[in-house]
Order: sequence, then structure tokens, then C-alpha cells
Amino acid sequence: MSRPAPIGLLRASMVLLRKDLLIEWRTRARLNALVFFALSTLLLFSFALGPDTKLLERNAGGYLWLAILFASTLSLGESFRIEAENACLDGLRMAPADARAIFLSKAVGNTLLLVLLGSLLIPVMVALYGVKVVLGVEHVLATLVLGCMALAAPGTVYAAIASNARARDVLLPLLLFPLIVPALLAAAKGMTLVLQGDPMNQLKSWYGLLGGFNLIYWGLGFLLFPRVIED
Amino acid sequence: MFVFTTAVLPLLILVLLVTVGRKFAHVTMPIYALILLGIGHFIGLAVAPPDREMGDVQRIMYAHVPAVWVAMVALTTNFVCSVMYLFKPGWKTDSLAEASAEVGLVFGAVGVLLGAIWGRPTWGVYWTWDPRLTTAAILLVAYMGYMALRRFVEDPEKRAVWSSVVGIIAAVDLPIIWFSVKWWRSLHQVQSTPKTVDPAMQLPLRISAYAFLALAIAFIMYRYRIALAERNAEVALPEALPTDEASAKRTPGVA
Amino acid sequence: MEAPAPSAPPAIALHDVSKRYGRHWALARLSYALPTRRSLLLTGHNGSGKTTLLRLVATALSPTAGSVEVLGRNTVSDRDAVRQEVALLSHSSFLYEDLTAHQNLTVLARLLGLPSPSDVSSELLTKVGLTRRTSSPVRQFSAGMRKRLAIARLLMKKPALALLDEPFGELDPAGIQAMEAIIGELKASGVTVILATHLIEQGLSLCEERLHLQEGRAVPA
Repeated sequence: MSRPAPIGLLRASMVLLRKDLLIEWRTRARLNALVFFALSTLLLFSFALGPDTKLLERNAGGYLWLAILFASTLSLGESFRIEAENACLDGLRMAPADARAIFLSKAVGNTLLLVLLGSLLIPVMVALYGVKVVLGVEHVLATLVLGCMALAAPGTVYAAIASNARARDVLLPLLLFPLIVPALLAAAKGMTLVLQGDPMNQLKSWYGLLGGFNLIYWGLGFLLFPRVIED
Repeated sequence: MFVFTTAVLPLLILVLLVTVGRKFAHVTMPIYALILLGIGHFIGLAVAPPDREMGDVQRIMYAHVPAVWVAMVALTTNFVCSVMYLFKPGWKTDSLAEASAEVGLVFGAVGVLLGAIWGRPTWGVYWTWDPRLTTAAILLVAYMGYMALRRFVEDPEKRAVWSSVVGIIAAVDLPIIWFSVKWWRSLHQVQSTPKTVDPAMQLPLRISAYAFLALAIAFIMYRYRIALAERNAEVALPEALPTDEASAKRTPGVA
Repeated sequence: MEAPAPSAPPAIALHDVSKRYGRHWALARLSYALPTRRSLLLTGHNGSGKTTLLRLVATALSPTAGSVEVLGRNTVSDRDAVRQEVALLSHSSFLYEDLTAHQNLTVLARLLGLPSPSDVSSELLTKVGLTRRTSSPVRQFSAGMRKRLAIARLLMKKPALALLDEPFGELDPAGIQAMEAIIGELKASGVTVILATHLIEQGLSLCEERLHLQEGRAVPA
């Protein structure tokens, strides 16, 4: 029986990513809700910490990443809920689709979503906390992308696990938060430097740190994800 | 001679108890641990000299440091079992992983608690963002997540695979957390626990370390038994297959 | 009864297969072989292990003990090769609720590496009679329409072995007839069909072999 040659890993990842982006677009009301959730988190920080704008401005990098982190627990869980609805994940596995392609597409998709979220939050933060962006947009974006990647990779693995367990809404943040502390530290520090200036040229080392995390987390996820979803 | 007695002999006895005396280890190990604890803490509390700067407060080190060391050993065991399970699945490996994680968590919590208690009279505060304490605290939450995962997954096979994955990721992340917190804190000056240990204090420390190790091994043994028994209850005998009876003899509804 | 060529491996070969969920053995030491190009009717009460068996053959699950071979290939060690030859129609539809029928099929076509995925999808939609409501998401489909879309997914793969788990469920008489026709076509084109159904009449008229399960074991019907 003549069959087309099986498509490669990268091509399969692109097909699946395209599918996920299409679903996100078709259900963009959900996306809006996510953005509003993150925005309200930023607002709540200002209420909780008082109107001292100096304080808010100094720590703005940290608040931004906290808001992204909280939003990620929603978006990560959602990315696997759509697969659970009609056992679509099983359907993909049996297509056959390489489990690693599923991981790559989900992790990249989650990264893109979080980067989009972050980009929408930054102008709001500029307005709300009175921060200025000292180091330029390209550094903002670089920090955002590296940090979101470091969140999305382990998040994807844990979301796949949690979506099949009881108390899944609690399990995902419980598993994820201790793990991404290093990434959170580095990303928040990096963003603070980007927003407030980097007189001692530390930013490069934080980028290096984030780059290292990403290598390890994406590598681990790539290796372990197939074991998570195969029975 | 001194080094041999205090460093090697207790270890030898430990190894013997675990290997040759395996059958009775669940009795001998706790007894051995209690003996060592008695000796070690007696020396530590009554015989060893007080610290030059901190005075008697420093004696808590004889419990704090071994507790943390032993937690590391237990969690390393969990890591090794997690990796092993992915290559060669087995209920014994899974049970040992569960036991060592739980015991490691308990000893880690004790270590962090003792560290906080030590901190109060020494630094004036229960908590500083000392890299070691901070890493330990994050570690505790990570492995609490591991235990939560085990509770929340009902299928035994899936539970074993997923906790192996989580165990591996947590263990690999540990050095990363350590380095990043250290880096983060290096930007500010920080008080840290004493690094060099006076030779007179080495003896009680060593003995206490073995005592804690023996205690942990005893706990892990018992916890391992419980875990294995739970697995057996969940899946019927692991090696048994349904019996190959002729279908004519079977009555529907009877197991 | 025509015997298949002696050198061809059986379509499925179960060697002492057991599958356990917790304490419950869904399949218990089942051994069975089905030659290629034969069709098999799988019967048994709910909980007898039919779905588990189909999922094992489809490589959605791996056996607790024993081994399953499809066309001579082990379902665990040779998983990807088996997946290329097998397609499953299951209780779950494997459909994305928020995508249209065409989009659902196109995703699979692209994953399979088919040329002109969009056209292939359109052809299949026509074949199963789903040309109306092309821009509505699957969420708005009736149960019968979902079944037709699910069978289109199966047909797209052009499998050597088709596994159908209750394909007549939720279909009206016209739908049942259409499904029977599709199954007939599959058989005519040389596909080995395994059909699990409660509709014994339809099953017996479509299938040559029969396997009756009770509590995970094969018993005489």
C-alpha cells in the first residue's frame, strides 16, 4: 500500500501549532477573558500595596511577571482541556503524531500566548505604575520571550499531567510554581533592569541564565513528554 | 585510629545491618539509630565545646546539619528511583520512590525548622533569604507537590510514571534553584551559616549524621513496606495474572 | 472459506493478553488471531472488554501482560508503524469542537502528509454526506453528523485494519444503512474490519468471524 512518507518532527509541530492557533482565534472570547484577568491582577497589586508610585515603579518588573504567572495557570490548563474534550489527544497520538511534536506545538503555542499577554500588559503598566522603558523595546521583547519560554515548557508538561488528575486546578500551580522560581527571579530582575536602566551591565548575565534554563527545561520536556501522554 | 572509629566504623555497621542482617533490619536499624543518637547528642550537648561566637546556641547544628544532609540523601534516592522506573518499571522501585520522597520531605522540613530556630538567636530573625534556607524552602514546596500528585492520581501505573517525571524534573531543577538564589542574593550581603567546623565538633557531628542516616533508613524501610502493601492492595499481586480457568467453569458475576 | 496467503502475518494476533485497571482485569489472558481480509464481529455485554481490546489493537493502550501484534508488528515496540496501518472509530470522536468539519479533516490530512490536504478533506466530506453547514463548528453538529465526520477521519487514513467501536450508536435507520454501506465498501477494498456492536443482526450480516467476550475472556457466543 503506497503511503506518503511520514512528515518530519518540525513539520508536524507546525501543523499542530497552526491548529492550536486556529482554535485560539475561533474562541478568542476566552483570550479576552485572560487578558482582563491579568490586567485586574496588576490593578490589584496597586491596591494591595498602596498608591506610593515610587514603590510600584521600582518593583514593576516583578509585578508584571507575577501577573503573567497567574494568567499562565489558566492558559496552560486550557491548552490541554481542549484536547481532553473528545479524547483529541488520543486521536493525535494515533494519527500517528510524534508525541514530541505535540510537546513542541503546545509549548510554543503557550509561549506565544504568554508573550502576547505580556506585550499587552506593558503599556498598561507604563500608565498605571509610571514606569519608563529605559533600555528599549528589543530588550523588553527579549526578556519577555525568554521568560515566557521558561514558563511554558515545564508548564506544558505539568498541564498534561494535571489535566488527568483530580484537583487539577490546584495541582498545576502547586507543581509549577516552585520549579520556575529561577526563571521568575531572572525574568523579573531582567525586566526591572530593562525598565530602569542597567548601569552595571548585568542584563547580559540574566539573559544567559534565562537561556540556560530554557535549554534545560525544553530539553527535559522534549524527553519526558512522550512518557507522560503515552499509556 | 580516631578517624576510622568515627567515620568508617559506623558506616560499616550500617551497611552490614542493611545487607547481611536484612531480615532483622526493621528492628536492628531503629535500635542502632537510637544508640547513635544517644551517643552523638550526649557528646554534642555535654562534651563538645561551645562555639566561640555563638555559644551554646551553636549546638543545634548537630541536629540541623544532619537533618538537611539526610534529606538530600533521601531525595537523591527518589531521583534515582524515578529514573530507574522510566527504564524498568516495577512496583518496588515506585514504592521506594514514594518512601524516600516522603522521608526526605519530613527531614527537610525538620532541617528548615531547626535552621529558623537557630537563626532567631543568631541573626535576630527567624528567616533570612539565605541561599541555603531559601532553596530548602522551595524544595519543600516542590516535593509537597510531588506528594500531592501521588495522592491525586488514581491509576497506579499512571501515578508511577507521572511521579517519576515530576521527581526527575524537581531533582534536576534543584541545582538550578540553588545557583539562581545564590546569584540573586549575591547582590546583597548575607549572613550565612559557618563553613568551617572545629575538629572538636566534628566527632559529634559525624556521629549525629550517621544517627540521622540510620533513622532515615529505618523510616524509609517501614514506609517502603507500607507503600508496597498499598500497591498490592490496589493491583492485586503484582506478578499474578488472572488464572487460566476454562470458561465453562466460570459463573458470571463471581470474581 | 478462502485461506489467505500462508506467508501473510495475521491482521491481529493476541498472545495471552491481559489488561488491568486498578484491581479489575478488563482483559484476562486472551489469545486470538484474525487473518487479513476477514471481518470480525466483537460482541459482549458492557464491561466485557470490547473497547479495551479495540484500544489495545489501536495502540491507544499497552497491555499489562502478553503482547498484541498487528500485521506482524508489536503494538508497543513498533507503535508508530502500527499506527500508520490502523484506524479507530471510537466512543470519543477525536474531533475539535471549535473547528469546522473541513478544518478537522485538514489537520489530519496534513499530519498524514497527504498532498492537497484541503481537497482530500472536501472529497471525504462529500463522500459521507457532510457538505452542508461547512462553516459551522463541530460543536453545533448533531450526533449523527459527528459520527459521519468521525468515519471520514477513519477513511482518510486508508488503513489496512479498521476498528469500529459501536459505529451504529446514535444513528437513525438511514444513518445505519449508510454506515453499513461504508463498512461494505471497506471490506470490498480489502480492509480487515473489526466491528464491536450490540446490533447482532447487522453485525452477523457484515462479518465472517465472531469473538464473544465475557469479563475479558473469550467465550462461546
